Amino acid sequence: MDLSEKNRQTLLGLAGDLKAKKISSVELVNECFKKIDERDNTVKAFLSVDREAALKAAEEADKRRAEGKSLSDFDGIPVGIKDNIAVRGETLSCASKLLKPVVSPYDATAVARLRDKGIIPFGRLNMDEFAMGSSCENSAFQKTCNPCDTERVPGGSSGGSAAAVAAGLVPATLGSDTGGSIRQPAAFCGTVGLKPTYGRISRYGLVAFASSLDQISPLSNSVTDAAALLDIMAGVDRMDSTSLDAAAPNALASALSGAASGSLKGVRIGLPEEYFASGLSSGVDKVMQNSIELAKSMGAELVKVSLPHTKYAVAVYYIVATAEASANLARFDGIRYGDRKEGRDLIDTYFKSRGAGFGDEVKRRILLGTYVLSSGYYDAYYLRAQKVRTLIRKDFEEAYKQCDILLTPVTPNAAFKFGEKSDPLQMYLSDIFTIALNLSGDCGVSVPGGKDEATGMPVGVQFLAPALGEAKLLGAAAAFEAALK
Amino acid sequence: MPETEIDIKYVAELARLELNDSDAAKLQRELGQIVNYIAELGELDVSGVEPTAHASLLTNVVREDVRKPSFDRSEMLKNAPGVVDDNLVKVPQVLPGEGSN
Repeated sequence: MDLSEKNRQTLLGLAGDLKAKKISSVELVNECFKKIDERDNTVKAFLSVDREAALKAAEEADKRRAEGKSLSDFDGIPVGIKDNIAVRGETLSCASKLLKPVVSPYDATAVARLRDKGIIPFGRLNMDEFAMGSSCENSAFQKTCNPCDTERVPGGSSGGSAAAVAAGLVPATLGSDTGGSIRQPAAFCGTVGLKPTYGRISRYGLVAFASSLDQISPLSNSVTDAAALLDIMAGVDRMDSTSLDAAAPNALASALSGAASGSLKGVRIGLPEEYFASGLSSGVDKVMQNSIELAKSMGAELVKVSLPHTKYAVAVYYIVATAEASANLARFDGIRYGDRKEGRDLIDTYFKSRGAGFGDEVKRRILLGTYVLSSGYYDAYYLRAQKVRTLIRKDFEEAYKQCDILLTPVTPNAAFKFGEKSDPLQMYLSDIFTIALNLSGDCGVSVPGGKDEATGMPVGVQFLAPALGEAKLLGAAAAFEAALK
Repeated sequence: MPETEIDIKYVAELARLELNDSDAAKLQRELGQIVNYIAELGELDVSGVEPTAHASLLTNVVREDVRKPSFDRSEMLKNAPGVVDDNLVKVPQVLPGEGSN
């Protein structure tokens, strides 16, 4: 097997090749290094890769396999990690100058669970600073390019995670999704990106942006791979009191059977009218129409539904998310860790460290969040947003009375060019189709649906399902993916 | 709709963020536009609607209050910008007084 030949290998394919001894873990990791040497000078997905540690882990995996003691089918496969997810001994900078010197003393629970199966946490992936952004242009360190067209953004905030998979640098990655930060870059780069139910995967070790919205999850080359990684990482964790003590998702079995059948017979697919109303580029609209036709031909029953409060989702999100961010990011003050800028006294040190350490977008959101929580404005903005959040959740509950899953666009347009969206509000408005899912706390997945006819860039389609509905969601998405091929 | 006036210096003071004058002017303008946009929530009738603080399906989660080993002190201090006596984080002076400069 040769990752550079097949370019974008799946975890399940690699697991088979490792088992059949067509490749060793050391060869696989070296293949990733080679691919990075060839392509990452241009793509710039990785901030760093500890090659020595990765090779050592690969050697250990090969040894276990030779002794018949493999930890799982995936033992010895590298998975790239976004720079806001803690890996012991690796940087945890969140692509911010303020946290540049920080090295994590522990593993995130999601990472620890990957390690338990022998999966190798591999490198640090670029992102928008503190996961705030939709283009990866807000990284303090480098601009990641879209591997399909290097003049275009990879999306964000998990832009490095999506680009690394799309460029074939690693077979899968972890990212985080607070308002679409996995699904949007997955759509822009042509990969699969999952956002599980809130609480499915422990957030312990994920640097908090907006705690009521954040989720860690995988980006991959197939729906079945996303399901496999979800099954490994899901489950209650005493280090995250919001993690759910729910039955295992069993997503892989469901995705495999969906992929094998290629059928959506008996599945009621809802099409929310507000997501198709206006503002879709013609390229995205065409991919959506084809996808709807395909779902119909696969036996799905199509149902028109309404999510009437959709137009308020962006406003609610940018109040709730920034309010939570202003509180979460208060801890970054240059005192216990990070880059301290000494001032006249303690307070002045806070001002200087934060002023010098945070980039423009992070400052903008901290200020917005501080403003909406400040005395005299709390009821008008934050409390009201929480109430409208309830209305948005109820919209989904009503819709799911008429259908099993929803099919929607991920973004109004395919990947845009660097610098094209310089107005912050315009950038926020492009999140319209992804953020409601984080507000409702349900699950969803972005799957490649076709190409934008004007630019040739990938276009994603999004499937959404009720909380804890990952098996059904990924079964349907895997069937769709199989039928499209 | 009129632009919402935000006292950016005051908000930055609350957020402990040093801003230079040109950044402050730019942020004041941008935040004004954003706040103007999010003010559209005002048109909805939300009387009688319960707020959603969390998307979690959980309510209270409790655990036994027992002591457990924590992180190694010396390892945690490796990330500190300043260390005193190998076991304390060095911080700037908090209160004015003896030794203040």
